[in-house]
Amino acid sequence: MAEWLSPAEWTALKLSLRVSFWATILSLPLAVMVAFVLARGQFRGKQVLNGLVHLPLILPPVVTGYLLLVLFGRRGPIGTFLEDTFGIVLAFKWTGAALAAAVMAFPLMVRAIRLAIEAVDPKLEQAAATLGASRAWTLAVVTLPLILPGIIAGSVLAFAKAMGEFGATITFVSNIPGQTQTLPSAIYAYLQVPGGDPAAFRLVVVSIFVAVVALLISESVAKRVARRIAGT
Amino acid sequence: MTLDVALTHRFSSFELDVAFTAERGVTALFGRSGAGKTSVINAVAGLLRPDRGRIDVSGTRLLDTATGVDVPAHRRRVGYVFQDARLFPHLTVRQNLLFGRWFSEAGNASSEFAHIVALLGIAALLDRRPGTLSGGEKQRVAIGRALLSAPRLLLMDEPLAALDEPRKAEILPYLERLRDELQIPILYVSHSVPEVARLATTIVALAEGKVVRLGPAAEVLSDPDAFPHMGRQEAGAFLLARVVGHDPADGLTRLEFSGGALITPLVEAEPGTRVRVRVRARDVLLALKPPEETSALNILPAVVNRIGRQDGAIVDVAIRCGSDDLLVRITRRSLLNLRLEPGKPCFAVLKSIAVSRRDVGVFETRPD
Repeated sequence: MAEWLSPAEWTALKLSLRVSFWATILSLPLAVMVAFVLARGQFRGKQVLNGLVHLPLILPPVVTGYLLLVLFGRRGPIGTFLEDTFGIVLAFKWTGAALAAAVMAFPLMVRAIRLAIEAVDPKLEQAAATLGASRAWTLAVVTLPLILPGIIAGSVLAFAKAMGEFGATITFVSNIPGQTQTLPSAIYAYLQVPGGDPAAFRLVVVSIFVAVVALLISESVAKRVARRIAGT
Repeated sequence: MTLDVALTHRFSSFELDVAFTAERGVTALFGRSGAGKTSVINAVAGLLRPDRGRIDVSGTRLLDTATGVDVPAHRRRVGYVFQDARLFPHLTVRQNLLFGRWFSEAGNASSEFAHIVALLGIAALLDRRPGTLSGGEKQRVAIGRALLSAPRLLLMDEPLAALDEPRKAEILPYLERLRDELQIPILYVSHSVPEVARLATTIVALAEGKVVRLGPAAEVLSDPDAFPHMGRQEAGAFLLARVVGHDPADGLTRLEFSGGALITPLVEAEPGTRVRVRVRARDVLLALKPPEETSALNILPAVVNRIGRQDGAIVDVAIRCGSDDLLVRITRRSLLNLRLEPGKPCFAVLKSIAVSRRDVGVFETRPD
């Protein structure tokens, strides 16, 4: 495969994997928290939060990308703050691509985890409390293990979404080879140049391959975990 | 150890207002569904916060709404056996059993584990997962899990209600052993008279959130006026007896109690074992002279003790055999025909087959 793909195509693939990996890993804790708040919380403004989380799913990706640019760009309020305080620059960097992918994938991840939380019987948590487990311990040894299939499903879904994210990414961080040119951006770029079709086709095949492998891995892990949790 | 409970709580449909003390042994919270039984033990466990109330376990205050004391559920050290077992499905039986151990600083760990596993007969299940267990097995594991969290008292919310008759019969002996072995109070919620008659040391009868009857089980169950609250069909007292011997050829067991001998269908217990025998009021016949040439094997001399309410066709009469009280259900016409009144000698006639194996439970009193 090393000879089959050109160095530039390799770069795009590796970048895509890196972007998607970090987008998934870093948004996971926040997604679990938000999913808990949405599943269990009782407060005014819950629907507002719910709408906000789902916004990237329904907005045109280019709009999300533009909003990210406005907020996280070098002149945006959050972008300026990050650069001044931590020296982090997102605009036109692979980290920015990861942020765009994370934002776009977030609703899918939250949704899957939230469904899993809602399926957990609160009576089991009561039982844990009567056995001496504090809320934090109950979360760690009862609730989280029980929602693990949802967390895995949400993560795979988010990873796949991140691998395929195009609109918001290209709007926010452009299409710089080696820096922000992910697989979809690269495919798009190859299709714009004469004679780029074979390269685009190769990357399409790679995209399909990565997606299928991710799905198979998650299916087998989820099946094993679900069996454990079914208690058989 | 002692449990003191006094609480009031306003629900949308009724108001809970109960106060009682539970000592070592089984205190049965008895009543129809909706009487507030589960709310009481949920308040004791810390799963329900009552409007007002106070709960003490052996001098430790768990709740006092007047002073704002409210120990959170996980610090109350209260073992709770739920009706639906609630085992953790992702853990093995062993991990479920040891769950409470992680959070309590219980000493003398492994020997107690082995003891409780043996007591409940769950040694063969340890490496299995809850999903593969039968209902009765799940409930025994749930009991073990609660016991191994080193509780100061044990709460049981209709632990047998979700089980069929054979499973109930499988678990009852374990509950009897717990009652006789444990030093802590057991608060047992039930709406079943047979269960209460086999297990209870003390009965707290609830109706619409209020305590309507409270006292030692033998006393409450033989009280002819307690029955509006106890369920009419199942009414009946119990006798404390001792196994004298078996007659395998006829399939009978001979028991002895304060009022004489009692012959029942074969009981699986060694001679000398103390047993509790439930006798339903409607299974006893009253006679003024000992009947002759009858099929009934038990004819016991007795004295009429108390006569219950006479406002219907049926009257409950408490009679005394030796030092035990039996409850007899007769028609008011028979009461008048026989001119029964307190102090009048009579005979209680009991068919042996009226006592089923389910009605006999092993009962060991250990010196305190």
